[in-house]
Amino acid sequence: MNRSAAATSLPNGCSERPVLRERGQREVFCGLTGIVWLHRKIQDAFFLVVGSRTCAHLIQSAAGVMIFAEPRFATAILEERDLAGLADCNDELDRIAAQLLERRPEIRTLFLVGSCPSEVIKLDLAKAAERLSHAHRGRVRVLNYSGSGIETTFTQGEDNCLQTLVPELPALPAGERSLLVVGTLADVVEDQFARLFREIGIEDVGFLPPRAAAELPPVGPGTDVLLAQPFLGETARALAARGARLIDAPYPFGVEGTLAWLEAAAAVRDIPADRVREATDAPASRARRALARYREKLAGRRITFLPDSQLEIPLARFLHEECGMELVEVGTPYLDRQVVTAELERLPRDVRLSEGQHVERQLDRVREDAPDLTVCGLGLANPLEAEGFRTKWSIELVFTPVHGFEQAADLAELFARPLNRMERLAV
Amino acid sequence: MRIATSMEGVHYVLHAPQGDTYADLLFTMIERRPTRPSVTYTTFQARDLGADTAGLVKQTLRDAYDRFRPRAMLVGESCTAELIQDQPGALAESMDFPVPIVPLELPSYSRKENWGASETFYHLVRTLLAGRIPAPGSEPPARPEGGRPSANLLGPSALGFRCRDDAREIAGLLESLGVDVNVVAPEGATPEDLQRIPDADFNVCLYPEIAHTTCAWLERMFHQPFVKTVPIGVGATRDFIAEVGELAGLDVSDALSTSESRLPWYSRSVDSTYLTGKRVFIFADATHAVAAARIAREEMGFDVVGLGTYSREFAREVRQAAKEYGVEPLITDDYLEVEARVAELEPELVLGTQMERHIAKRLGIGCAVISSPVHVQDFPARYSPQMGWEGANVIFDAWVHPLMMGLEEHLLTMFRDDFEFNDEAMPSHLGHGRKPAAGERSEAAPADGNHLEDTVDTTVARWTEDAEQELKKIPFFVRGKARRNTERYATEQGVASITVETLYDAKAHFGR
Repeated sequence: MNRSAAATSLPNGCSERPVLRERGQREVFCGLTGIVWLHRKIQDAFFLVVGSRTCAHLIQSAAGVMIFAEPRFATAILEERDLAGLADCNDELDRIAAQLLERRPEIRTLFLVGSCPSEVIKLDLAKAAERLSHAHRGRVRVLNYSGSGIETTFTQGEDNCLQTLVPELPALPAGERSLLVVGTLADVVEDQFARLFREIGIEDVGFLPPRAAAELPPVGPGTDVLLAQPFLGETARALAARGARLIDAPYPFGVEGTLAWLEAAAAVRDIPADRVREATDAPASRARRALARYREKLAGRRITFLPDSQLEIPLARFLHEECGMELVEVGTPYLDRQVVTAELERLPRDVRLSEGQHVERQLDRVREDAPDLTVCGLGLANPLEAEGFRTKWSIELVFTPVHGFEQAADLAELFARPLNRMERLAV
Repeated sequence: MRIATSMEGVHYVLHAPQGDTYADLLFTMIERRPTRPSVTYTTFQARDLGADTAGLVKQTLRDAYDRFRPRAMLVGESCTAELIQDQPGALAESMDFPVPIVPLELPSYSRKENWGASETFYHLVRTLLAGRIPAPGSEPPARPEGGRPSANLLGPSALGFRCRDDAREIAGLLESLGVDVNVVAPEGATPEDLQRIPDADFNVCLYPEIAHTTCAWLERMFHQPFVKTVPIGVGATRDFIAEVGELAGLDVSDALSTSESRLPWYSRSVDSTYLTGKRVFIFADATHAVAAARIAREEMGFDVVGLGTYSREFAREVRQAAKEYGVEPLITDDYLEVEARVAELEPELVLGTQMERHIAKRLGIGCAVISSPVHVQDFPARYSPQMGWEGANVIFDAWVHPLMMGLEEHLLTMFRDDFEFNDEAMPSHLGHGRKPAAGERSEAAPADGNHLEDTVDTTVARWTEDAEQELKKIPFFVRGKARRNTERYATEQGVASITVETLYDAKAHFGR
């Protein structure tokens, strides 16, 4: 899906760089994983995965969060008898949804989330969502998206989820303007950004996803879209289809990334650069001071990113530009050039970019390159450590507040910690 | 995966989408294995579905063979791949690999993990021993005169509960009885080791969930008897020694007369009197559940108030044990059902898996983990078996730890309004946690208020406010029991409204 779209869209003459395209065993989570943070962010939404026991196991435990205190997600488990007859399967789904809504009266939006098995048996969740929306009209909105591993990798689940929200957004009245920040942010970071935008002089800011699905921000031809996460290409294109314009900017990781991100938003409103500087001087210089401590530890160290969270390119830019790290290889599950143009321009010319994955060959390259730090998924981290390579788990990067000025040093610290630990240990 | 990862020289090719690769981290993170599981996934994608997924399977098989050079290959499919019916097993068999290929059919929509591991181990052993099955009626070669008898330890596997240490403990025990250990499998074994299984005189089925099918087959085909007692607990370890003695033709009376476990003395020590009649709820795989029930009753002096398992294949054993203990067996894989039962029974200690640990935590009840599935903290660095003499020591410590100590219990009863040492406090050696109050509890109760409400029997007598107040003066760890006994008494006596008098009448009636 995204991949074909990416291949055909090369905006504004972005210089083509050599990219190593890999095809083989991939070692990444599927899109269901996004539920782990989306269900905490959108407080009146519930995520019902229609899948197998394996899907249930993944979101329940593999994400390492073991949330049992009434999580706002669940799995409708497909059993043998469901596979036998699709009609029964739909009845069963209706029954589970009704039961769920009765138990959780505060739920205003129910997401039916498709999985590998539901996609393969072609269970029509769109139709099911329509049917359920009708049955529970006025009470709850039922939407559907796919988090299946045959169509989505890891963070792409959020892209699919937000994309289904786009048609639901109210229309921005003609003649009005708005800024829409897209991508899940920690609540504290969202508040920081809202304050900064206000000081810069942008008042009409909406966030997608919102904290409550009942409070969807409006969109229309007066909307400028500012992506906060680099894996939301489809959502951006769906917003564009509703008339919104996508602001070309790097992502708000690190001091310079955040500054450029805010400046890009100000520029489309013709707000003078002085005003942005005035609003950001104090937090930016504070962040630079905080960052300096980690720059010392990271500068000159060599880093490899294995494809995982889709954050690889902006983070590589941050670590190179602001922390002085040397980039050995930057792998990404898929390269959606439209949303990373500004980031690619800031990467060194000779960096080795790879797209897709052949995990065995990639590990061979890690062994040959012997970087000081390898960013990878949880399945690979301990085996690499055992081979003598320091690693950073990429999943932490989506579960930790890392955007913006105040978090720039925290972000650097995540990368410095494994190196720090190695220095401390004498066993 | 658990079997392939346990072994050396065995590789598993799994037809599965990329999301399933998360399974790797169960081994590398939860169990802290320093190597990747020996599994290669095809990671097919949606766009492959219209094209040639079978070709992808073959390519993956070839690449995996070339890279890892396994001496035996397992071939299977995950829940999603099962639906597209590429028959990866048959494809692999048609490819003429120079090593044994074991196609696996593990219907994931109807069967679960332990069953899958058991089937995998069985098919692997069967395939590797196919050429060695003796002709019907032939006798196994006699052991040379004066040679020591030998046994295989079957069942220890990746992600199993304390398998690493159990295997070491039981190997040591067998050595001390005069029995050599021939092969330990699947953990740490190679395909060649599996081919040596028939060399032993008998097998020890350490974990029936994983090894029973294999042991039964070996008994049928190779006339290898197997030890059926699982040596968890002092009593079971004695039975185990006796059974080994019988199968190996050894005199084990010395070993039986000298128990090396401290559990019997610790349990008799006067400070343990407070353990008497503690109400425990047990839920685990069948083997550990049944073993725990016996230890709880015979070796700790607890009352078993609930017993259950998620191992449907071994439900019969658990039902039988439950009957013996006079409790209703709970055979389910729905943790909400388990939670509802725990909430209803209000035990003082829960012995369970990682899931029951969460349930117990939410309900403010002490818990010890006795079985898989477990989390990272249940793969301890220290030697910590469950089986044999040392296993009994470990169990004593682990089960007593979550409980309130005897004297502490008394002091609480006497001075329950002490602001930092009161009813709502956790046992003092477990830090300053606070038990959730009743209100918080029902709110946090999961997915189902409903379940909990269902358990409120409307025929039960109502509590007067005074009686409720008086009940609160009873320490929380016996409050549940007091409430239940009083309600039972009220029902039996036909009392509609429970007063303070009823409470004490019931206390007098039942005793502590």
